[in-house]
Amino acid sequence: MKRLTPYLLILPGGMWLLIFLVVPMVFMASVSTQEGDIVNGFVQTFNVSVYGEALAQYRTQFLRSVGYGLVATVVSVAMAYPMAYWIAFRGGARKSTYLLLVLLPFFVSFVLRTISWKFLLADDGLLLSPLKSTGLLPDDFHILQTTTAVIGGLVYNYLPFMILPIYVALERVDPRVIEAAQDLYASKREAFAKIVLPLSLPGVFAGVLMTFVPMTADYVNAGILGGPANTMIGNIIQIEYLTNQDYPVASALSFTLMAAMLIGIFAYARALGTENVLEAAAR
Amino acid sequence: MSVRESAVAERAAGGPARPRTRLGDRLLKAYVWLVIAWLFLPIAVMVVFGFNDTRSKSNVTWQGFTLRWWTRLGDYPELTEAVFNSLRIALLATVITTVLGTLMGLALGRHRFRGQGATNLVLFAAIASPELVMGASLLSLFISTGVDTGFVTVVVAHVLFSLSFVAITVRARVIGLDRSVEEAARDLGASTWTTFWRVTFPMILPGVVSGALLAFALSIDDFVITQFTSGTVQTFPLWIWGATRNGIPPQVNIMGTLIFAVGVAIAVANSVTARRRT
Repeated sequence: MKRLTPYLLILPGGMWLLIFLVVPMVFMASVSTQEGDIVNGFVQTFNVSVYGEALAQYRTQFLRSVGYGLVATVVSVAMAYPMAYWIAFRGGARKSTYLLLVLLPFFVSFVLRTISWKFLLADDGLLLSPLKSTGLLPDDFHILQTTTAVIGGLVYNYLPFMILPIYVALERVDPRVIEAAQDLYASKREAFAKIVLPLSLPGVFAGVLMTFVPMTADYVNAGILGGPANTMIGNIIQIEYLTNQDYPVASALSFTLMAAMLIGIFAYARALGTENVLEAAAR
Repeated sequence: MSVRESAVAERAAGGPARPRTRLGDRLLKAYVWLVIAWLFLPIAVMVVFGFNDTRSKSNVTWQGFTLRWWTRLGDYPELTEAVFNSLRIALLATVITTVLGTLMGLALGRHRFRGQGATNLVLFAAIASPELVMGASLLSLFISTGVDTGFVTVVVAHVLFSLSFVAITVRARVIGLDRSVEEAARDLGASTWTTFWRVTFPMILPGVVSGALLAFALSIDDFVITQFTSGTVQTFPLWIWGATRNGIPPQVNIMGTLIFAVGVAIAVANSVTARRRT
């Protein structure tokens, strides 16, 4: 009985993950090699040519998504690091209050927050119209439907996921180690570059993991803030699944996306240790 | 360490506090508040425009203050229904996730068993996979097996993506437990079952509660997986997405404000009690 306990505890949740996470991936692979249409039904033909065709057709959107994801990730790291640093080392007794402030926006649905940005950034909206009427911006200036708007939206929506793991890593740095470095005549800059930065890198890696993948697969920001020239692979997959109901193409695209992401993630996690990334992700 | 303490430490270490660093600190603090303001800007817009005396359907320019929309909150029955659906789904998903996740957390934190590595890997995959792919593969499963998507499939999906977070939160708490307390209970003649409910469970409860809160927040906010698994069922985020083209009525702002207010109240209460506990 005692030896069975862990298995009994794991069983219900484990089955849930198996049936609804692992098995569906197999079904998705199967659907991607079917042929047919929604009216006449789909038949399993193990036709893999759909992969080549779909990728050729949507190569631009694929590459664009990865590009947006990369740029947004770099911007997020640059924005989040100083913030996490200040909260961890200068936040004092109010550390948890600052963290709470970073997390509170999550209580508003991210669709609603993104739509709020659409109102704010509209050509005659709250931000641009005063600047235009005072002549600070030309009348034909616009932000919506540009790459800037989409990447800005991505950074906005995922920034807290970057701040938290970096903060957790910085928080764990023992201040006495920094003092020791300074006692040994390291300048502030040297102490940062040689002590603080290397110790905080696992947090940065976890943050990159937590943000790059969902940003690359996102379609809400491109859908609300972007224009036709900003379509990402997520938008295509969503339209193919839910509007066109062309399931083979849709699942071939999402299977490719998943494979690309998972290979990247596991290579990344293997190099850094799954446990650490998991722990950082859970906070 | 506070600013003052570090300044004291610096002085003790020999040199006076350099004014340049002080300025840098202040700039950094200003930057932190700027980012926080940026994070809250669209939320402020949401709250304020719930009071906008707008005439047209597009609620984008300020027309003056009114409380009218608060009295006409139920003007869109489908919106009200969507909000209630979101709450129902979140409650049910949270209960299931919390039970399953707590059991998993206990197993992972307390026992060593065959398949532990695989379990960790799957939990990790559930966090790391893009929502889009999870939603798409679930839809593939439901299409292939002829399951009609709707309320139940949304709950299934929500349990799926929040399970890992609860399991990991509980596991962290379980690992941090002082086992000697449990041993003491057993030495005093308590059965395994009694020990669990009277000793272990109260000690892991804070982890269970924060896991449950996280699951609830993830569920009520979710859009992507819900869109793939909902069929014709509407949730709050789905209704908003559908209404984007025709203009968002102020009632949406009010519903968003109410959910935000409740969430903030719970989060603040939780962090205050957590601070008192430690």
